[in-house]
Amino acid sequence: MTVINIKTPMSKEDRKKLKAGDHVQISGTIYTGRDAAHKRMIEALKKGSPLPVDFTDQLIYYVGPSPAKPGEIIGSAGPTTSGRMDAYTPELLEKGLGGMIGKGNRSEKVINSMMNHAAIYFGCVGGAGALLQSCIKSVEILAYEDLGTEAIRKIEVENFPAIVVIDTQGNNLYETERKKYLK
Amino acid sequence: MKTIQTKKIIDTVAEMCIEANTFLSEDMLESLRTAESSEESENGKEILKTMLDNFEVAKRRTIPICQDTGMVVMFVSFGQDLMIADGSLEDALQAGVAKGYEEGYLRKSVVADPFIRTNTNNNTPAVIHYKVVPGDQLKIKILPKGFGSENTSALKMLKPSDGMAGVRDFVIKTVEAGSPNACAPIVVGVGVGGTMEKAALMAKEALGRPLWMRNPLDHVAALEDYLLEACNNLGIGPMGLGGVNTVLGVNVEVFPTHIAGLPVAVNISCYVNRHVEREL
Repeated sequence: MTVINIKTPMSKEDRKKLKAGDHVQISGTIYTGRDAAHKRMIEALKKGSPLPVDFTDQLIYYVGPSPAKPGEIIGSAGPTTSGRMDAYTPELLEKGLGGMIGKGNRSEKVINSMMNHAAIYFGCVGGAGALLQSCIKSVEILAYEDLGTEAIRKIEVENFPAIVVIDTQGNNLYETERKKYLK
Repeated sequence: MKTIQTKKIIDTVAEMCIEANTFLSEDMLESLRTAESSEESENGKEILKTMLDNFEVAKRRTIPICQDTGMVVMFVSFGQDLMIADGSLEDALQAGVAKGYEEGYLRKSVVADPFIRTNTNNNTPAVIHYKVVPGDQLKIKILPKGFGSENTSALKMLKPSDGMAGVRDFVIKTVEAGSPNACAPIVVGVGVGGTMEKAALMAKEALGRPLWMRNPLDHVAALEDYLLEACNNLGIGPMGLGGVNTVLGVNVEVFPTHIAGLPVAVNISCYVNRHVEREL
């Protein structure tokens, strides 16, 4: 199987090169955020306040890590279900967010917004938190520290494995792959 | 009369929480290995291999298999001839959860109020179901339940005229809608009969039954086999990215019900399906 190495941030041109079904390894800075952080960011936007991060061409990883053991920088860190962020994602894509990493399907509204902004959605293996942790090389809490596991973290990853599930054209592996095995 | 000290209960529950979150049970491991060898989809095979590799890493480094270490569900069988010394059983069980989640570096995922949503910071309260039984044993079963899969569960009050076909249809529709988000290949617990809450409770308990064990009633075992095959024909596959392994097992429990009713509850678990049992 061919694996494509990609670096963050990812420009629109970089994103457009990837196709649904591509296996990738991501290296560089990514940002973590899930339910509570998204809710707070959208509330900030409603009030006209800035986002805690400039998300232009950046990737958000939907994860709430477990606590780090002594001498380690982070605990288990696998993806959470992306669909819970559907209500918030289009507004972040408007602000330039380049893509998301998570698990599970996205709403039609999110996919349409992704196509409008040439954004990309990566899936990684749910539950594989111990394995994915070893790809994380540094962790810094960037915002909303009071949210604990749900705080926004800036993390450096090396060869983080993922699959392009929905590409910039809206091709969606959840639809195309299932048909091949439906009996 | 047999007496158990609360300290022993606290320590045991703490150990069980860590064990359940770090080590995979034998029935799940065997079932995932079988899935890996039978998977037809290239993505699916690769995903199953990653899942198996992840168990090894978690075991070797004693870190949680998954970062969502769940809300703890406990089934407690309490022998009526047993005495608990030094405090209440409920307090000891809850204290054990708090101890295990702190000492095991497990994620605290419980919020105190469903609307206000402030983290309790010790993963309590656990949801505990008690059963008083003859004898002097204390049996504790722990299922730390992740919510990626819990959120895809469903309950419906069917009509008696819906019958077996209605139950099949509801289970398959629930699996079809939920399994891409629930970290497939999933385990499906089904409760049929009783009242609304009895059906839900049976569905949860069914998840803790080893996958190799079938329901002793022939018609219910046949339903389990039918559902397993039908769900795996959906094509959803590991993590929803296509394949022939969508469901690892379907466990159905039944209970007498009312002349007017046919409650059915479907509780979904991810492929880790953590469950640990001990007797004191």
